[in-house]
Amino acid sequence: MRRLLYLLPVLLFVAVAAYFVLALRPGRDPQLLPSALIDKPAPSFTLAGLAGSDGLRLDALKGQVTLVNFFASWCEPCRDEHPVLMQIAKDPQIALYGIAYKDKPDDAQQFLKRLGDPYRRIGLDESGRTAIDFGVYGVPETYVIDKEGRIRLRHVGPLTEADVARELLPLLKELAHS
Amino acid sequence: MRTLLALAFLISLGSVAFAVEPNERLADPALEARARALSGQLRCLVCQNESIDESGAPLAHDLRVLLRERIAAGDSDAQAVKFLTDRYGDFVLLKPPVEPATYVLWFGPIGVLVIAAGGGLVYLRRRKTLALAPAPLTDAEKKRLEGLMRESEP
Repeated sequence: MRRLLYLLPVLLFVAVAAYFVLALRPGRDPQLLPSALIDKPAPSFTLAGLAGSDGLRLDALKGQVTLVNFFASWCEPCRDEHPVLMQIAKDPQIALYGIAYKDKPDDAQQFLKRLGDPYRRIGLDESGRTAIDFGVYGVPETYVIDKEGRIRLRHVGPLTEADVARELLPLLKELAHS
Repeated sequence: MRTLLALAFLISLGSVAFAVEPNERLADPALEARARALSGQLRCLVCQNESIDESGAPLAHDLRVLLRERIAAGDSDAQAVKFLTDRYGDFVLLKPPVEPATYVLWFGPIGVLVIAAGGGLVYLRRRKTLALAPAPLTDAEKKRLEGLMRESEP
């Protein structure tokens, strides 16, 4: 019993050290935030579209599993991410929608003209309020919304092919069958 | 040199004082004061170690305006803060709430202090009892001591 008492500081130290090792392990980005909205209904939105195309409403997305990607023409990481989105767009099973965050419609249009348009439809969030409702704190961010309109996954930062294979595809498959 | 320093100081003061831009302010000073106090407690999610009151990030600007809209619309302080925690989670609060998940954070240091104080107390008390006057000499020991003393006298 007494020996256990003497060991207590050592045990405490081991616990604290283990926590630090976990929190500081390489590959973990301490700036990433979990979404407060996981498994909660996605915030409702009705956004205007680019010139000559329809806008985007949350209600129109229900009934299918969707990917919603916040992007902007002024956002450098969005350019890095774009080829990955173009790849995703080739898969007819995946419904990818875009929300242009604080972007001028012309700029967004130019961006997509130059790099290709991977989105089934685009909504313009010029005020950034829809993004705030989603808890977006920097573009690009990507959300998986299930058939009932609940947010199931949030990915902060540019998607890589590895992210798609590891995070997105398994979840999309699972949700499509549920 | 001195004037230069003074100037630099004044400029740095200005940048702090005017992080809230004039056009964001509410006309009603009481409401503005509430918004100001609240925004000092809310984290800017882009810079993460500044409050939205201090930050120059565009998102911080948007959140300041949003906060003022909520307050002007009649939200209580708690309602306005909840509006943001519903979207960004507790991380948006610079001061974490006291709840089971944060008990270790809030009470851990006190706990460690209590454990250390307890350990120290036990140690001190034990040392005192050990250091207390040793048992008195037995008759045989006294005799031996006397013998030794006598021997050592010249």
